[in-house]
Amino acid sequence: MTLDLIIAALMTVVGLTTPILLAGLGELVTEKSGVLNLGVEGMMLMGAISGFAVTVFTFNPWLGVLGAAFGGAASSMLFAVLVLQLNSNQVATGLALTIFGTGLSSLIGLSFVGRIVPPFSSIFPAALSRHPVWQVIFGYSPIVYFALIMVPITAWFLHRTRAGLILRAVGENDHSAHSIGYSVVGVRYAAIAFGGAMAGIGGAYFSMVITPMWAEKMTAGRGWIALALVVFAGWRTGRLLAGAYFFGILMALELYAKAAGFSFMPSQFWAAMPYLMTVAALTIISARGTQGANAPACLGKPFLPST
Amino acid sequence: MANVSRRALMKGVGAAATLSMIAQMAKAEGKVKVGFIFLGPIGDYGWTWAHNKGREAIDAALGDKVETVYVENVAEDASAVPVIRDLANQGCKLIFTCSYGYMDQTIQVASEFPDVKFEHCTGFKRADNVATYNSKFHEGRAVLGTIAGKMSKSGVLGYLGSYKVPEVVLGVNAFCLAAQQQNPDAKVKLVMIDSWFDPPKEAAATDTLINLGCDIVTTHTDSPAALQILEQKGLYGFGQGADMSSFAPNAHLTAIEDIWGPYYVQRAQAIVDGTWKSEDTWDGMKEGTVIISPYNKAVPADVAALADGVQAGWKDGSYDVFKGPIYDQDGNLKVKEGETMSLADLAVIDWFVKGVESAA
Repeated sequence: MTLDLIIAALMTVVGLTTPILLAGLGELVTEKSGVLNLGVEGMMLMGAISGFAVTVFTFNPWLGVLGAAFGGAASSMLFAVLVLQLNSNQVATGLALTIFGTGLSSLIGLSFVGRIVPPFSSIFPAALSRHPVWQVIFGYSPIVYFALIMVPITAWFLHRTRAGLILRAVGENDHSAHSIGYSVVGVRYAAIAFGGAMAGIGGAYFSMVITPMWAEKMTAGRGWIALALVVFAGWRTGRLLAGAYFFGILMALELYAKAAGFSFMPSQFWAAMPYLMTVAALTIISARGTQGANAPACLGKPFLPST
Repeated sequence: MANVSRRALMKGVGAAATLSMIAQMAKAEGKVKVGFIFLGPIGDYGWTWAHNKGREAIDAALGDKVETVYVENVAEDASAVPVIRDLANQGCKLIFTCSYGYMDQTIQVASEFPDVKFEHCTGFKRADNVATYNSKFHEGRAVLGTIAGKMSKSGVLGYLGSYKVPEVVLGVNAFCLAAQQQNPDAKVKLVMIDSWFDPPKEAAATDTLINLGCDIVTTHTDSPAALQILEQKGLYGFGQGADMSSFAPNAHLTAIEDIWGPYYVQRAQAIVDGTWKSEDTWDGMKEGTVIISPYNKAVPADVAALADGVQAGWKDGSYDVFKGPIYDQDGNLKVKEGETMSLADLAVIDWFVKGVESAA
């Protein structure tokens, strides 16, 4: 293994990890507020097409990312209205959002098929971003750094701020939070919107960075991996970062093993790895007897105030 | 017709009456319904896009006699059965199932609808009402291999595959053998991604192949993702199924284009005429089912001439990439000197030639 190869492999891992890290962070905050949104895949696709479309029209990838965040958040609001206002079942509504987002993004995308935008690549000078060694730090799209910065910011918000405390309170015991005067529904709207925006940016990473084009269903199931990631991480931000890179390394290892001609594991097994690992993590957590440690107590339950 | 039947439904006519009414009207109008089962979205700009072009060719040529319907994004598992059955129930007289993975499902539904004709793409199971058709993509892949073998500096070529099915194995072997005719030391690194359409994984796999020394990567998956990665890295590749040069103006050396239109029109006409028979059709460059897109300006004149020579050879029968001696990956002699593999052998091939580095 040469240094070149290690650096190139690391960069592949970063590319595979960033979208699931973004979507996972958003979903983590949503779930911390007590809402289970299974529509990540649909929101990612909505973000992918929104970001792409805005970039096509404005030639500005920064606006494109904003558009992606908006597209993801807007589609999540549909889910929020159904779940928070009409108290529909969160699991079923989330699945519906995935199907809806897949279909609507395909419909919007019809007029964008076959077009390309310049890739939203590094903003650092070429001397750094193309340097054989330093590219491992400077050679990425701004979205990668955004994702990494959002990890400590999210952790700080959840555990060091008053707003974060309220959000967690709403997720742990919605009736208590309600009885001392916090708006459970308002907090959850905000958390769902944040989850949607982050999923949207994660989706834009596909349509604007990796392959700057639009193709139907181009996220190809990464939303589900992001959902598994949140559980795998036990609803902790630090572990989410580690887990995202662990999943990313697994995905890259599969490709390297195949390209190098190793066949010690059937490839279906590789594809199932993130989910198997999640099952394993859940088993370990529950075997320790700490009751899923960090799973929000109100996760997936509708809020029906008695007063 | 659709409007009338809907109105009839709204009036509350019983389902049976409505159905017979639709049937009568279909007869009266004389339009034959032809259905298509598509693997990916028609906007994939590759495999399914090309099949949909073929469907549109039917509309253009026989629009007054034939009506086409299609279903996109049909998975290659048991869930395809009800989708195919549904098309038959809708009154389709001819149904094309456009991917290898629908083979058993097509046979199963065909046994339930003896009056409906089915055509399965790239498979090998037939019945009285099931025909198979395929295209000699490997002829095109030999052209790509010729270009790649000549243009690669490292002599290490990448091949992004989907599944280990005969069509893909043939493509890998044809590409590798043709490259070795230009550069006897050429190697092909093969990665199967277990999907026909997964842009992020296609992109990551292309990255990986490049990192392991490949300077030309060809794809047997359906999106232009690999080409875009190659474009970003200043390397070369080929389009699959359709001309993908708009996605990668510099990296796209050429592409294999699938032209299904003439075949689809001919088979739909056979249904109209009542002359349809269950057959196995395997056309190629000679019949115009496989064509090569215009070469990129990056292809030097001598390489283009070589590639043209291969194309001409396929058309007049003077060239065959599967001419012995051919060794498999373990070095066993599979085809003797002076022999050429028969079409029957090619159709069920499951081994890779020497020089292919793969995990399976």
